[in-house]
Amino acid sequence: MTLYGSIFYLLSATVLAATVLAITRRHAVHAVIYLILSFFGTALLFYLLGAPFLAVLEVIIYAGAIMVLFLFIIMMLRVTPSARTWGAALRQWLPAIVLGTISFSIAAAMVFADPRTQAPLKAVRAGPMELGRFLFQRYWFPVEIASFLLLIALVGALYLGKREGKSGNGQNKEAS
Amino acid sequence: MIVPYSHLLLLAVILFGLGAACAVVRRNLIMILIGVEVMLNAAGLAFVGASLRWQQLDGQVFVLFIMAVAAAEVAVGLALIVFLQRRTGSVDANRYNLLKG
Repeated sequence: MTLYGSIFYLLSATVLAATVLAITRRHAVHAVIYLILSFFGTALLFYLLGAPFLAVLEVIIYAGAIMVLFLFIIMMLRVTPSARTWGAALRQWLPAIVLGTISFSIAAAMVFADPRTQAPLKAVRAGPMELGRFLFQRYWFPVEIASFLLLIALVGALYLGKREGKSGNGQNKEAS
Repeated sequence: MIVPYSHLLLLAVILFGLGAACAVVRRNLIMILIGVEVMLNAAGLAFVGASLRWQQLDGQVFVLFIMAVAAAEVAVGLALIVFLQRRTGSVDANRYNLLKG
């Protein structure tokens, strides 16, 4: 096993462990902290796979902006950890585990049966300049659409976050 | 020579499954959004691996768009959660049963 290979397995084990810990936490704050660890591991995987610009963007956008937004909302809403009800949880987990095992084994069989996926990945990298040139030469129109989508999301979030009523300060539930 | 592409696909599939399980099983709306984030991240990982496997930059460009969509989705989703919390006083998905007969 090469050095890159061992780094890959180490990073993927870290990412998997952090994600499993994140999705099983009762407190949402703990989940977000573990998820930040998972996203840092993913950023290192991106760097290993030859995408340094995407690694930087992963840290800035995912681990930085999105997770800080989650933390803000969690602390603003004072989310209390929900009490566990094991009976309902088991009833929901059992079909999920069965169906998930079936679809996961089918996916793994398909991945490992295809000889084209057995090709080892070569360690090459595409710098930010090549990626930018490629992006704006070939995909300039989707970039415009993505910026428009972000603008619409901004307007939508502003509209949803606005309090109802002109004089409504403190009276939030007058419509319900 | 890093690893075979299948190992990377397997990692992405497991991550996607974890995210889907989180989005389906958890009842907290914030945890559901976190599950969706994990799923999008796993899809991006598969795209970067495919971009390296076929030596084409299209996969990396798609990860950029996935990040834009994830940012928009989180902004609108969290605004919806704040709106619902103001409206009903809870972020538990089981409590939204006003239409129940």
